[in-house]
Amino acid sequence: MSENVRSLESALHALEKTMRDTGADLVQEISNLKHKLEGLRSSEDAKLSRWARVQLARTPSRPTGLDYVERAFSDFVELSGDRCYGNDQALIGGPATLEGRPVMLLVQQKGRDTKGNIKRNFGMSHPEGYRKAMRLMDMAQKFGLPVIAIIDTPGAYPGIAAEERGQAWAIAESIAKMASLTVPTLSIVIGEGGSGGALAIGVGNRVMIMQNAWYSVISPESCAAILFHDAKEAPRAAESLRLTGQDLLELGIVEEVIPEPLGGAHLDLDTTVANFKEAVLRHLEELSQLSGEEVLEQRSRRFRNLGVFGEN
Amino acid sequence: MALDRIFRRKKPQLVVQDDLPELWSKCTHCSVQTYKKDLLAEKKVCPSCGFHNRISVEERIAFLLDEHSFVQSSGHVTPLDPLEFKDSESYPDRIKRSQQKTGRPDAILCGEGRILERPLVLALMDFSFQGGSMGSVVGEEITRAAELALERKVPLLIVCASGGARMQESVLSLMQMAKTTVALNALGKAGLPYFSLLTDPTTGGVTASFATIADVILAEPGALIGFAGPRVIQQTIRQNLPEGFQRSEFLLEHGMVDIVVDRRKQRTLLAQLLDHLGSKHKKAPVQEYKI
Repeated sequence: MSENVRSLESALHALEKTMRDTGADLVQEISNLKHKLEGLRSSEDAKLSRWARVQLARTPSRPTGLDYVERAFSDFVELSGDRCYGNDQALIGGPATLEGRPVMLLVQQKGRDTKGNIKRNFGMSHPEGYRKAMRLMDMAQKFGLPVIAIIDTPGAYPGIAAEERGQAWAIAESIAKMASLTVPTLSIVIGEGGSGGALAIGVGNRVMIMQNAWYSVISPESCAAILFHDAKEAPRAAESLRLTGQDLLELGIVEEVIPEPLGGAHLDLDTTVANFKEAVLRHLEELSQLSGEEVLEQRSRRFRNLGVFGEN
Repeated sequence: MALDRIFRRKKPQLVVQDDLPELWSKCTHCSVQTYKKDLLAEKKVCPSCGFHNRISVEERIAFLLDEHSFVQSSGHVTPLDPLEFKDSESYPDRIKRSQQKTGRPDAILCGEGRILERPLVLALMDFSFQGGSMGSVVGEEITRAAELALERKVPLLIVCASGGARMQESVLSLMQMAKTTVALNALGKAGLPYFSLLTDPTTGGVTASFATIADVILAEPGALIGFAGPRVIQQTIRQNLPEGFQRSEFLLEHGMVDIVVDRRKQRTLLAQLLDHLGSKHKKAPVQEYKI
């Protein structure tokens, strides 16, 4: 946020306080100032670099998966465990209702503070997370629930135990399972869409992304480390990777960019969740018109057609 | 140490004298010299220690398929630079260099062929082309190979060798993981077997998609196979990795691959598997397993 925005904000707060305290009629002035502030924020938003958006997506106060679940859905019942090894805390899920409609939620969850992040492993799943997701997809298929997958992960966890228990296998199988469902699937990237760990639950009939979220094959830091031999070149890598919502819309990777309040989702949670909920309901309604076979066919065609190449 | 130095100094003199490097090959693993013709007869597996040297796609076809049975289907799809990726070297330049080196449009070769008379469709990844990385072209060719197998009603074999998804096509590369999977799901639904042979090295987005959803996963001895590369893991956890970590034998022990198979026995094994799992669509009578 720039100095200009901040000074306008404090002027606005001062005016509002004066009106409250003195009862003076400043409605017009306040309205003018609000309008001006919105214009300034909007033009600043358009100028945000890709790296700035990556940083917005990582803002510690940014809403997490559960913030959306608690506000947009009712009666969420978290179901635990992969029935093989453990219960991953970075990928949670279970049934819930959305405006009376039963759905299956898969949620990549980061912590809301340091303690939470340690519990959630900073949103980086082990294979158990993806295997739990698969179990819940099977359940959704069995009981005819649409799957709503909320994506927010820097990536799948790269560790010894994760490799021993088949991290790649779990992701691959999760992709394959989600691709085979005849119930509708929706995937929404709300923060970080870190590579295969995100795609594991990203095989949606529709895929959406929040305005200040990113989705890429590799994090800007890792990309910079490989290409420029320096993780500090991440801002440059972020530009190259074309990883913002707007980029993805232009590349045909997502159907929709869900708008955030100016300045970022964390500044106005209610508006953020309302926008999210509206988009999810609209797509779910459209998809509910399709038969199971049509759902599978639509999703298969959607992914079959992704890729840019020449032909001779 | 001193002795070592003496030997090292002497070595160049030996080599200059005769045609040793022309005819002999020294194993990078056990240092034993093998007559090159013998090594080729062993499919480039060191007869002394069993080390599996990396081989080219053309050698792979020669070692795996019946003679003259391969008919190429790939090659019409070419890479573009849809993101205008900014890098120390331009993406089109990198591509051009690899194309000149390999004579291929991208890191993959597909076609139809036979193993001991049994027909199948193959896709072979070329690690020497940008580390076998998967962008839009590799994704499209794998998808077409799966579709060709479905059309011909024959099994599919993918020989994997890849560092993962290609950075220079960013999210488009990532999407190839889902795209190839969709095509393989359709193959499976039709009851056609899919085999993957993991070779050194297979990591990243390729391991986390089509490579590991095969009906039967085979791996060459000693191949590095994993999700994250060893360097990334080491940087993350800041401790040394255990001996043999992410090698084929390690994965077999952890239940992640079906069989670790010596290159010299792959034809026989694949023929057996093709018969066992491919009977549903089989027209010709079962042949003898001969090498």
